[in-house]
Amino acid sequence: MLRINNLTKRFGGLVAVSSVDLEVNEKEIVSLIGPNGAGKTTLFAMVAGFLKADEGGINFENASIVGMKPHQICQRGMVRTFQITQPFAGLTTLQNIMVGAYSNTSQTKSARKKAEEVAEVVGMTSLLSQGADGLTIAGRKRLELARALATDPKLLLLDEVMAGLNPAEIDDIVKVIKGIRGRGVTIFLIEHVMKAVMNLSDRTYVLNDGKLIASGTPSSVAENPQVIEAYLGHGAAEAMAEGA
Amino acid sequence: MFNLRRHLSFLLLGALGLIVLPYFISSRFYIDVLTLIFFTAYLGQSWNILGGYAGQFSFGGVMFFGTGAYVSSILLTTFGFPPIFGIFLAILGGAFLGLIVGYMSFRSGLKGSYFALITLAFAELLRVLANSVEFTGGGVGLFLTYAPGLSNLQFETPVGFYYFALVLMFISIVIVYWLEGSRFGAQLVAIRENEDAAEALGIDTLRCKIYAIMIMGAMGGAAGTFYSQKYLYLDPPIAYSIHLSVEMLLVTIVGGMGTIFGPLVGAFVLHSVNEVARHFIDTPGLSLIVYGLILIIIIGYLPNGLIGAFKKKGKKSGSSSLDKKRSREDS
Amino acid sequence: MISASLSMLPAAIINGFMYGAIYALVALGLTLIYGVLHIINFAHGAMLMLALYAAFFLFDLFNIDPYFSILIVTPCAFIFGYLIYRYGIGSLAKGKDQNILLITLGLSIIIENGALFFFSGDQQTVNLTYGFDAFDLGFMYLSYPKVISFFAALLMCATLWAAMSLTDLGRAIRAVAKERQGARLVGINVEHIFAVTFGIGIACLGAAGCMMLPIFYVDPYTGNMFVLVAFTIVVLGGMGSVVGALVGGFIIGITESVGGLLLGESLGQIGISLIFILILIFRPTGLFGSKV
Repeated sequence: MLRINNLTKRFGGLVAVSSVDLEVNEKEIVSLIGPNGAGKTTLFAMVAGFLKADEGGINFENASIVGMKPHQICQRGMVRTFQITQPFAGLTTLQNIMVGAYSNTSQTKSARKKAEEVAEVVGMTSLLSQGADGLTIAGRKRLELARALATDPKLLLLDEVMAGLNPAEIDDIVKVIKGIRGRGVTIFLIEHVMKAVMNLSDRTYVLNDGKLIASGTPSSVAENPQVIEAYLGHGAAEAMAEGA
Repeated sequence: MFNLRRHLSFLLLGALGLIVLPYFISSRFYIDVLTLIFFTAYLGQSWNILGGYAGQFSFGGVMFFGTGAYVSSILLTTFGFPPIFGIFLAILGGAFLGLIVGYMSFRSGLKGSYFALITLAFAELLRVLANSVEFTGGGVGLFLTYAPGLSNLQFETPVGFYYFALVLMFISIVIVYWLEGSRFGAQLVAIRENEDAAEALGIDTLRCKIYAIMIMGAMGGAAGTFYSQKYLYLDPPIAYSIHLSVEMLLVTIVGGMGTIFGPLVGAFVLHSVNEVARHFIDTPGLSLIVYGLILIIIIGYLPNGLIGAFKKKGKKSGSSSLDKKRSREDS
Repeated sequence: MISASLSMLPAAIINGFMYGAIYALVALGLTLIYGVLHIINFAHGAMLMLALYAAFFLFDLFNIDPYFSILIVTPCAFIFGYLIYRYGIGSLAKGKDQNILLITLGLSIIIENGALFFFSGDQQTVNLTYGFDAFDLGFMYLSYPKVISFFAALLMCATLWAAMSLTDLGRAIRAVAKERQGARLVGINVEHIFAVTFGIGIACLGAAGCMMLPIFYVDPYTGNMFVLVAFTIVVLGGMGSVVGALVGGFIIGITESVGGLLLGESLGQIGISLIFILILIFRPTGLFGSKV
C-alpha cells in the first residue's frame, strides 16, 4: 500500500534520513522504531507531506504522492497523528473529532454521527462534551487517534501515540489499535514502548542515524546485534552475548 | 456553538425592537448613532469571519470598504449606473480584491503579524493609487449628487439609512450563524486553533483562508456603497483610512472574537463610550484614547471579549479563546 | 517632463541619502526590538512622534537646540521604553505574538490621540537661526541641519553598533536574541534584558526625533506616516539585522526621494508599500535576515 524508496532528507550538513526503503502492506500493522533522533518523525513528516524529501520516492496505492500537500494526502486516505498532540484547544472533543469527519461529508448531521461512532470505538464517548484543552495526556492521545480515524483512512500513521501513557493506558490503547486494524485500517506506527511494539506489529523497521539497520518480525529484530548496539551502545551486543 | 432554539424568543424580541425603534425616537442624532453602530457592527462582523473564526488578523480591512465605495460611486458618476445594482458590483469588487490579496498573502505562507502588516500595506497602496489616478477623482475625490430614491440607495430621512444599515447588520448575523453550524465554519475554526492539524485532517487551509477573506471583502464592498450613498462624498483618506480598519477589529475584539454577536456588542459599547466621552469633553482624540485603553485592557485581561467574560461567569466550558492553556506535555 | 526631472536626480538621491541615515536609526530601534524580543512594535511610529514633540517643546519653551536635546531626550526615551515594557507590554501580552501586536496597536492609538488631545492637530516646526544656511554643492543646496542630522544619525548608529559588539551588555543582548533559554541558564536576567533592549529601541527614536525636527515637522499623524516606512526598512533589511536596518534605511530614503521626483508627490509614495509587499511575498527574510 505504501512504498518508500531511497528516501533522503538533509538539513544543511546533517542527513536526517538516508536512503530509506520500506513498505507497508494492506491490513498490516508495521512499526518504525529506533533511538531518539534517528529520523523517525522526519520520515513520517515527509510521507504525510509536511516536509519535502530531498531524494526518493513515496508511493501510496501505486501512485506517487511526492510533493502533495498534507490535505491532499489525507483525501487519498492516509492520515497522520502528531507526536506532540495538536488538539483544537478551544473546541470540545466532539467538535475536534467532527473536523476529521468533515473530510468525508459536508453535512453537519453526518459529521456529528460519524464523530460519535468514532468516539465509541476509541472509548471517548463520556468525554465528548468536554473541552479538548481539559483532557489528560491519555485523553489527548486518544483524541488525536479519534480525529484521524474520523477521516476514514486507509492508512493511519501514528507517531508515538503511547508516549506519556501509563501501563494501563497503554494496554487500553493497544486494544483500540487492534480493533482499528480489525476494521480494515492499515497502521504504520512510530513507537518507543517496546512491549506495545512486540504486541502489535506484524513487522518492524529499525532506524538509526537516519539509516535503516534492520527489518523483520519484532522478535527477530530484537535479537539483531546491530539493533541492540543502536540502543545500548557499542559493544553491548557482545557483552550481552558473553553474559548469556 | 450558538444554540438558536434556546435564545430564539429573546432574539426575535430584540430584532423586533430594533425594527420598531425609530418610531419611538424622534431625534435625528440618535437615529444616526444607531445607524453608525449597525454599520460598524456589520464591518466588524466581516473582520470577525477572517479574524475571529479563521484566526487571521487583518489590519487593512478598510481596503474592501474603499474599493467597493469607489466601484459603485464611479459607476454612478461616470455611467449613471444605479447603486441598487452597483452595490452588487461593489460586492464583487470587494470579493475579487479579497481573492488577490488573500492569494498573494496566504500562498506565501504569511501568518500572524506579517499577514496583519501586509494587509496594512495593501490598504496604503490602494490609498496612494486612488490619490494619483484620474478616474477616482484623485485627491479631490468624488461628489455624488443628492437624489433620494431606492434605485439610488439614498433616503430622504436618516430613518431610511437606519433600516439600510439594520438590514446589512441582520444579513451579517445570518451569515455568521450559518457559518457556525457549517462545515466551512468548522474548518475555519480548525485553522485558527491549529493549522498543521487542520491540514493533516484534510482541510485545504489555503483555499479556506482565501474563501474567508473573499467573504470579508464582499461584505466590505457593500459597506462602501452604503457609506458613499449616505455621505455623498468619497476621497482616498476616507476610503482607505486606517481608522476604519482599526475600528473593525476593535469592536469585534471588545465584543468577543469568534462569536455571533461580538461585533454588535462591541459596536454598542464603543459608540456609547464615544458619546459619553464627547458629552464631557468635546476635544478630538479623547474617545480614541479610551478606545486604545479598552483594547489593551481587553487583550490583557479579557481576551474573549465582553461576551466571553459574560459566558465564563455563567458556566465553565471550553469556549473559543485567544489564550491557550499551557500544554501538559513538553513542547 | 522626464528630462527636467532627471536633471534633479542627483539632488534627489543626495536628499534621500541624508534622510536615509535617520530612517536607519528609526529602523535600528525597531529591528533590535524584533530581533531580541520577537515583538513587532506597532507603536514605533507613534513613539517617534512623541520624540519629535519632546524636541519641539524643549525648543519652544526653553529654547534648547534640538541637537542638544538629543542628550536629554535619548535617555528619557530609554527610561520610557524600559518602563513601558517592564510594567506594560511584557506583563500584558502573555507571550502570544498577535496579542503583542494588538497591544502595541492600542498603545499607538493612545499615544497618537493623546497627542491630538493635548497638543492639538496643528503642524509644528522649529526655526533655527542657522536653519536656512546651506552648503552650496553647485547642483544643489544642502542645508546645515540636514548635514548635521545626517552625521548625528550615523554617529548614533555607529555607537549602537559598537555598544552591541563590544560591551558586556551588548553581548548579553545578542545572547538573548540568539538563544533565550540558554541565556537564562547562564544567569542572564532575560526579563531585564528585554526591557533594556526595548528601552534602547525607543532611545533610538528619541535621538531620531531630535534629529528629524529641524528638517521636518510634527503633528499627531506624523507617527502614522512612519510606521510603514519603518517596517518596510526592517523587512527589506531583514528582521533583526542591524546591517540590514542601515542598508535598508538608505535604500528606502533614496527610493522615497527619487520616487517622489519621478512619479510626483502623490504616486511617489507608492514605492514604500510596493517594496514592503514584494519583499514579504518573495523574500521575507529580507537582504540580511535569517530564516524567521
